Amino acid sequence: MITFDEIKKSFMVCLWFMFLTFPIMVIRVNTVSNVIEWRWERLFIVGIGSFILSFIWRFALKKTQGDTKKAESEQSGHASFGQRVLKEPKIYIPAITIFAVFAILFPFIFSMYQINIMTTALIYVVIALGLNIVVGLAGLLDLGYVAFYAVGAYTYALLNYHFGINFWLVLPIGAAMGALFGIILGFPVLRLRGDYLAIVTLGFGEIIRLIMENWNEFSFGPSGIANIPKPGFFGVQFSLQSSAVYLYFLMIVMTIITVFVVTRLENSRIGRAWIALREDEIACQAMGIDIRKTKLTAFALGATWAGMGGVIFAAKTTFINPASFTFWESVIILCVVVLGGMGSIMGVILGAMTLILLPEYLRVFSEYRLLIFGAVLVLMMVFRPGGIVSNVRRKYKFQEHEG
Amino acid sequence: MEYFLELFLGGLTRGSIYALIALGYTMVYGIIQLINFAHGEIYMIGAFTALIIASVLTVAGFNQIAIILIAAMVAIIYSSAYGYTVEKIAYKPLRHAPRLSALISAIGMSLFLQNYVLLAQTSDFLPFPSLIPEFEFIKPYSHIIRSSEIVIFIVTAIVMVLLTFLIKFTKIGKAMRATAQDREMAMLTGVDVNRVISVTFIVGSGTAAIGGVLIASHIGQINFYIGFLAGLKAFIAAVLGGIGSIPGAVLGSLILGCTESFFTGYVSSDYEDVFAFLFLVTVLIFRPAGILGRSDTEKV
Amino acid sequence: MKKHLGSLFINAITFIAVTFLVGTFFYSCTAQDEPAADKTAKVLEPIRIGVAGSHSGDLASFGIPAKRAAELVVAKRNAMAGINGRKIELVVEDDVCKPEIATNTATKLVTDKVHVVLGHICSGATKAALGIYKAENIVVMSPSATNPALTQSGDYPNFFRTIASDDEQARLEVDFALNTLKLKKIAVLHDKGDYGKGLAEYAKSFLEDDPRAQLVLYEGITPGAVDYSAVVQKIKRSRAQAVIFGGYHPEASKIITQMRKRGMKTIFISDDGVKDDTFIKVAGKYAEGAYATGPQDTSSNPLTIEATQAHKERYGEDFGAFFLNSYSATLALINALEKSCSTDYDDIVNALRTEYVATPVGIIRFDERGDAIGVGFSVYQVINGVYVEVK
Repeated sequence: MITFDEIKKSFMVCLWFMFLTFPIMVIRVNTVSNVIEWRWERLFIVGIGSFILSFIWRFALKKTQGDTKKAESEQSGHASFGQRVLKEPKIYIPAITIFAVFAILFPFIFSMYQINIMTTALIYVVIALGLNIVVGLAGLLDLGYVAFYAVGAYTYALLNYHFGINFWLVLPIGAAMGALFGIILGFPVLRLRGDYLAIVTLGFGEIIRLIMENWNEFSFGPSGIANIPKPGFFGVQFSLQSSAVYLYFLMIVMTIITVFVVTRLENSRIGRAWIALREDEIACQAMGIDIRKTKLTAFALGATWAGMGGVIFAAKTTFINPASFTFWESVIILCVVVLGGMGSIMGVILGAMTLILLPEYLRVFSEYRLLIFGAVLVLMMVFRPGGIVSNVRRKYKFQEHEG
Repeated sequence: MEYFLELFLGGLTRGSIYALIALGYTMVYGIIQLINFAHGEIYMIGAFTALIIASVLTVAGFNQIAIILIAAMVAIIYSSAYGYTVEKIAYKPLRHAPRLSALISAIGMSLFLQNYVLLAQTSDFLPFPSLIPEFEFIKPYSHIIRSSEIVIFIVTAIVMVLLTFLIKFTKIGKAMRATAQDREMAMLTGVDVNRVISVTFIVGSGTAAIGGVLIASHIGQINFYIGFLAGLKAFIAAVLGGIGSIPGAVLGSLILGCTESFFTGYVSSDYEDVFAFLFLVTVLIFRPAGILGRSDTEKV
Repeated sequence: MKKHLGSLFINAITFIAVTFLVGTFFYSCTAQDEPAADKTAKVLEPIRIGVAGSHSGDLASFGIPAKRAAELVVAKRNAMAGINGRKIELVVEDDVCKPEIATNTATKLVTDKVHVVLGHICSGATKAALGIYKAENIVVMSPSATNPALTQSGDYPNFFRTIASDDEQARLEVDFALNTLKLKKIAVLHDKGDYGKGLAEYAKSFLEDDPRAQLVLYEGITPGAVDYSAVVQKIKRSRAQAVIFGGYHPEASKIITQMRKRGMKTIFISDDGVKDDTFIKVAGKYAEGAYATGPQDTSSNPLTIEATQAHKERYGEDFGAFFLNSYSATLALINALEKSCSTDYDDIVNALRTEYVATPVGIIRFDERGDAIGVGFSVYQVINGVYVEVK
């Protein structure tokens, strides 16, 4: 199975990587202490590693591309085996029940640390579902989504600091603020296409962050706002352990509501308008859909979830500052949506779980965490560009009758 | 008046550096419609490679001119090699995939390269020797302009000329233009699209490396994270000028650099980035495809 | 068979995800079983010190030296039979200087049952995490979190630090500029970060309150930017006699280099984050004459010399930011644990407040609010490429 040709190719790859990584891997320079360290053993590790990996890489790539080609040539209206299985009520209902039971028992089995990160993952699920509306359904590439998240968080922090308004009252206010800013962002970008839209939204995200960072009188700048209270239960404040559990259940409820609302939106008129917008903007206009309204609604609704997520985030972390709302956050949320499979809700949930829980579980690797994370992103995209759960477009096929 | 001139020169310096990086962004985008997030990291790798080679050569006792030239050459070669490899691993398999997947792959690559350099080298800020010699005739004017800035201007101008020459008058340049216009048609007329894409990446990465070496010399220190902000600004500059257009990238970069400089000088440096973005949005409202960008007429 | 490979992949992913979750179930179960352990076994149980800080990401260069300091101190101590016969175990967790990750880090450390925490590095992250430690009665000592509110607000009785707060440093710098150097026109610059801006804000208010001084410029610079000539030109135009810079050494060295290259003779005064040999190495000859505040009298302190050597031996390079502060904090924590003979919160706090401990930053103990007493701060100047204390 392994031909001489392949061995030769892998050998060339091996030599190439040894050459490529030679300066940075082998020669370690520190001009502060004027030290140059030559680490030749790394050269061999790179060589051997790349030799083996190139075989695996080529094999995996061939298989992925073979699968894609087959999927294209086959009747792609059929959902994959896994998805069909999931839709069967016989499997579907018990699976949901097991998950529900697990979700409810989760905080009582696991430690506070686990509850905490699961709550974070759920917050990301909610906001990623919001971004899913903008990017996945409406096809508008938004690289500054974190701005709405920041707006929600600062709304709670500031309203609470100045007026003492409690969490539950701020939650709808945060959602409304998010929607408002979504519309503000939406207006200038109505005329823009594709990557120009992306860069402007990126700019918007940065503008919000920079204003928060520099306008000290308003937002307390980089020192942030501390002592933000966690949500109470009819005025009762919880202890640390209990409030972690409380927040967790809050997020579970939020997630269920969000999934419900987003599914209904997806199947509604506005949802179909978004999908039409994504597929072909000009055809969409030709069919009589009001592009402006559709785009603005997408931004506004998407931002609403981010606003709410921001309020909950502020309550959970009890301290916010602009450093939590950088461009990288937008990138992570975008990765969740794309990795999970754009447009598919199940995919977004899985994506959020993977992307948020993975770095925490990779803490074992400490220094190599981000390196592995970056590599995982690349690998997942190369081998599964549609995301974990690719979205299946509902196709109506004309059935040929026999005879 | 002198103040204005100084700010203007500072803006041009910034703009030139952005231009060297923006060229790579715009060329890659023109050819495969991908925002190459890892490009900033290629710039950073160029700077690091130059530092490593320069250190080794200094210990070996070469003279300064030789060190600059060899280090720069090696940095360019290595950056181009990295650009080529990144394309083959992270972008080529995704050529027929949805655009967002390629974008995420680019982001992953960027993260990977940052941490690769961090782990293989150090997280410290490393001083970069000033490889550019101090010219004697500049000394009297050193309060307005310094030799490193002059070198940056000259090198950027030369690179611009060379690149335009490459694109306009060589066969591979023609192939690049053809592929950028319509990839399928180019393939049908016999252009080796894979080779063209690789060459684009190589050339783009090479210019970024030059930028890396120059700015590292000018500022005097490097760190594994420098690619991020520089890359972001350069990307904005490329979009401002019209992404896909090479003169646009240069124009956008110079305008961005000067705008930032003047805003800092006359208003406040706190909001300099806010202003840069607002400026971009305003320009895009009036010219949705950037200053020199062509709005692609879409055939329905 | 082949048709189902794609879907098998999905199922595989789900399976892996579930396995992960189940795996952690077992992991955390065993962690929770600990309290039921035998009392006699407890004597030999290691003392766990949590080390939280930015060990990756863009602020890694400020967190990694602190981690190394803890490692060096603990390694040496363990070689000498630990604390009262108990070995010290370091639980190192990264928080990337982000508040939300810091809360995860804090809950992880709490779950791992650490007895005390060395960290965090950034004031923001520390603020976010302190609530969790406070609720669990865990002593926290930071080598670098300088926000004054952390000790002065009284909200965090479990917090201690081995570094001066922003307002103290700003006071020292302003007094030095006005009283010693007798300057009038001063520009204040910062790096828009938590540490730098906090200090700059105090410097600004002190200057504004003082009739002798004139604040001619107050600007922030973006770290990592490609060029700073615009801000430097602005400083030149303002005719400031001195620049007080709040921030870290990378930006400081860039600013001072650009200023000196333009022939500007503006005096440069900065803070603890700049009093670092890296500043001198990076800025080279341009660093000459720059002032920076830092802990008193460190270079002749035998503990400093020992710490420097240990770092060089193990890591092959000179130490980075906050190394000595972290070294001191670790020594202080270990000393308190030893002197109090217990891991109980109240005993440790009491020991910290009453017992003196010899550290590279001085012989210190801590006051009611958590600041270190006995840490003198003075102004240093770069003379002939070395920081020399200004008497």
